[in-house]
Amino acid sequence: MSNVITEKRPVADSAPRPPVTLRQARLPRWSPPVFALVALAAGAGIGLVAGLDSKIQWGLIAALLFIIGTYAVAAKVEGARQAKDRLATSLVWIAFLLAVLPLASLIWETVVRGSKVLDGYFLTHSMGTLPDAMVGGGINHAITGTLQQVGLATLIAAPIGLLTAIYLVEYGRGRLAKAVTFFVDVMTGVPSIVAGLFVLSVWILILGFGPSGFAGSMALAILMMPVVVRSTEEMLKLVPNELREASLALGVPKWRTILKVVLPTSIGGITTGVMLAIARITGETAPVLLLVWGAKTINNNPFEGAQQSLPLYVYQQWQQGSEASYDRAWAAALVLIAFVMILNLVARGIARWKAPKTGR
Amino acid sequence: MDTSAIPQNPPPAAPVEPSEVSGKSVRPGDRVFLGLSRGSGIALLVIMAAIAAFLTYRSVLAIQGDKANFFTTFEWDPTGAEPKFGIAVLAFGTVVSSIIAMVIAVPVAVGIALFISHYAPRKLASPLGYVIDLLAAVPSIIYGLWGALFLVPHLSGLYSWLDDYLGWTGIFSYSQGAARSLFTVGILLAIMILPIVTSVSREVFLQVPKMHEEAALALGATRWEVIRMSVLPFGRSGIISASMLGLGRALGETMAVATVLSPSFLIGLSLLDPGGGTFAQNIASKFSEADTFGQDALIASGLVLFVITLLVNGAARLIIARRKEYSGANA
Amino acid sequence: MAKRIDVSGLSAFYGSHKAIDDISMTVEPRSVTAFIGPSGCGKSTFLRTLNRMHEVTPGGRVEGKVLLDDENLYGSGVDPVAVRRTVGMVFQRPNPFPTMSIFDNVAAGLRLNGTVKKKSELNDVVEKSLKGANLWNEVKDRLNKPGSGLSGGQQQRLCIARAIAVEPQVLLMDEPCSALDPISTLAIEDLIGELKERFTIVIVTHNMQQAARVSDRTAFFNLSAVGQPGKLVEIDETERIFSNPSVQDTEDYISGRFG
Repeated sequence: MSNVITEKRPVADSAPRPPVTLRQARLPRWSPPVFALVALAAGAGIGLVAGLDSKIQWGLIAALLFIIGTYAVAAKVEGARQAKDRLATSLVWIAFLLAVLPLASLIWETVVRGSKVLDGYFLTHSMGTLPDAMVGGGINHAITGTLQQVGLATLIAAPIGLLTAIYLVEYGRGRLAKAVTFFVDVMTGVPSIVAGLFVLSVWILILGFGPSGFAGSMALAILMMPVVVRSTEEMLKLVPNELREASLALGVPKWRTILKVVLPTSIGGITTGVMLAIARITGETAPVLLLVWGAKTINNNPFEGAQQSLPLYVYQQWQQGSEASYDRAWAAALVLIAFVMILNLVARGIARWKAPKTGR
Repeated sequence: MDTSAIPQNPPPAAPVEPSEVSGKSVRPGDRVFLGLSRGSGIALLVIMAAIAAFLTYRSVLAIQGDKANFFTTFEWDPTGAEPKFGIAVLAFGTVVSSIIAMVIAVPVAVGIALFISHYAPRKLASPLGYVIDLLAAVPSIIYGLWGALFLVPHLSGLYSWLDDYLGWTGIFSYSQGAARSLFTVGILLAIMILPIVTSVSREVFLQVPKMHEEAALALGATRWEVIRMSVLPFGRSGIISASMLGLGRALGETMAVATVLSPSFLIGLSLLDPGGGTFAQNIASKFSEADTFGQDALIASGLVLFVITLLVNGAARLIIARRKEYSGANA
Repeated sequence: MAKRIDVSGLSAFYGSHKAIDDISMTVEPRSVTAFIGPSGCGKSTFLRTLNRMHEVTPGGRVEGKVLLDDENLYGSGVDPVAVRRTVGMVFQRPNPFPTMSIFDNVAAGLRLNGTVKKKSELNDVVEKSLKGANLWNEVKDRLNKPGSGLSGGQQQRLCIARAIAVEPQVLLMDEPCSALDPISTLAIEDLIGELKERFTIVIVTHNMQQAARVSDRTAFFNLSAVGQPGKLVEIDETERIFSNPSVQDTEDYISGRFG
């Protein structure tokens, strides 16, 4: 082995290059927040002086000033590459703020405006014969309708979706399985209004039934099925094959293996998927508008006559256009959002606690 | 298990002697179970076929009765003595509002996805992802309500501003009044599809192999250069398919458009002035005043929407499938 | 262009866990230094502190000094991006950019720095680097094909070409042959022998024969127990480490009594 220890300091390389320095002038750490504050102040100042009344404009001016200012200063102090890096960072941050503001405002408005008339009376009474411009009334009929329609839709869609997923994962080979997989994907993209039109054309126009909660449930079921299939499929695929083989090797028939081994292992995830699907169809308005029509009073029979549902109630109260009906629309929206969010949170909670403990 | 040995139709649950030796599934339980699950799959196919068939059937009825050209007419009057209706305005409005939504939403969504995957402080990143997923579940009617009662009043200032500086283009000219225009619809749709586009893009960005990012880092790349060299190329097809999914939603969105837009059957150059319409919005607004023939006419327009969303979603699936092959080749 | 590395009192952490403890050593320029030791002894972590890649890992943090000639890599005002440009790295698994062609992979670092402007100049540097990595003859006809289409050994040499194209002062190699077959391994080892004429090379290896074959000096790392931080046991000329080490643990490890 050659001994290089004697060669303490090598002479400079034969082709000398400009000395590489590790040091790089950097802007101090506090500069981005300070720049942001300055840009905000300047944006507000310009807005005030120019008399722009919309806060959206103030914000846009501030954002532009921040991006350009940061880029210019960084280009001067740190060089072009660092400036580009800073430009990307500012853009990403502003994209984030740009998105958070409307979404936060949406939640905020719903909660603040919705809590105005939301009370026990509102939850336990229907609209009855109350004139739309009058204060009062409630959403009891809408809650009843939504629960019945969503319940019926789940009764139709969940078993079909579950069994289809079992078919695809446990049995599916060949052309039929491929076709089903493909059309489940296609079905995911069907707009809700198209599902509504389909049921309208068959159930009401051709078969001659009137509007009913059940008609709405069928359209909702069409929207729910592909979601259930997809999520259940994912969960079943997570069950390790060793488990199935262990059971089959004991002489347990395949259907009992599926029922006793595969499904219990993945039941948490499947429940989550079904609940998320329920949350999704609870908020669907368009098919309900076409098929359930909306009613002012409680109709406890989902198979006969028009019913109400929460999202449709929001839409119809908004259409009335009086202050009282706007208040009711916001309050119903708050109830709807709370219902959907609670379903989501519980579903994700279940997924977390009951996650299948696979070896992988 | 050999499925080819099983009869095509679920047999009646007649007691069949289980043959222990052959291992073929002749047990009644197995047969019934397979029959049920395969039957469900077939039911799904039947539903899809029925959707296409019945919509087409009613559409044919409607278009036969249409005294005007279904594709080029600027009018929607199926109930008159001379029924005249056409989808030109709806097609224009649907495409334009969706394009506006995509132009706004995709860059912002990619930005947020990058923020969550690469920029946000680690403690903030995963709760943020969680919140975004939750927001994707907010019902569209609530976006509509918020859009009509909060967004619209706040946009007129911005629109007069745009009119002052860009009004000469014609596209951004704005005569005062409520901002219930296609552009507002585009903004609202953008806000609505942000969560879903963000959430899919974020998933893809998080899948970028660490070693590709480290390769760029070790060459002395800044954070942006790492993203440009390894994250974006890897995630490109994911971004495209996420955008297509978002586009599919924007095209078919009904309630948010119906609440925000002040519709008309004219195509104006200005995007900021009220007017125009979309397929889904038109169905929702015209439904209550439609007779049977009017409903058929709406179904015909729905069929066009159905075909458009099918094409968009199909394209998205194709891109995803390609990406799978692509990443498999590099595994 | 090769520089010498002086490490003093260096510790590295993952969050609150200390991965390596108080390491001091000198890496001579224009030589190959090998790091050996049992799994989990922190040799890869230590390697990654030499170009500030350790802090990329979530929770990664470093205390101590690393002098490159006389400049502290962890001094205030030092830009980690500039450090990584000066100290190149080759990873355990070959990681060419999958969407880039062979040419673009080698040119990636040059394009970042923007130092090479002209196309002809870029061509020259790419050719020189690929020749330097003993890959030119195999790929010169398909420079525009994706780098991911090469074999594992070729990919690794492509990564070496990419690293040396930016003319770093030091080249760090983190088990560069562990994912390769014996013939590719031999090709890389030959290449290391050539590269040390121009670069200071530090290589982490699991393979003691490899350390003996390619390195001039060898450092042995060890940890007292699982969960304890890794420590430098000794560093000496390779010949001495493998024939007559001064610490008993080193001898035990080399003769295969543990690890």
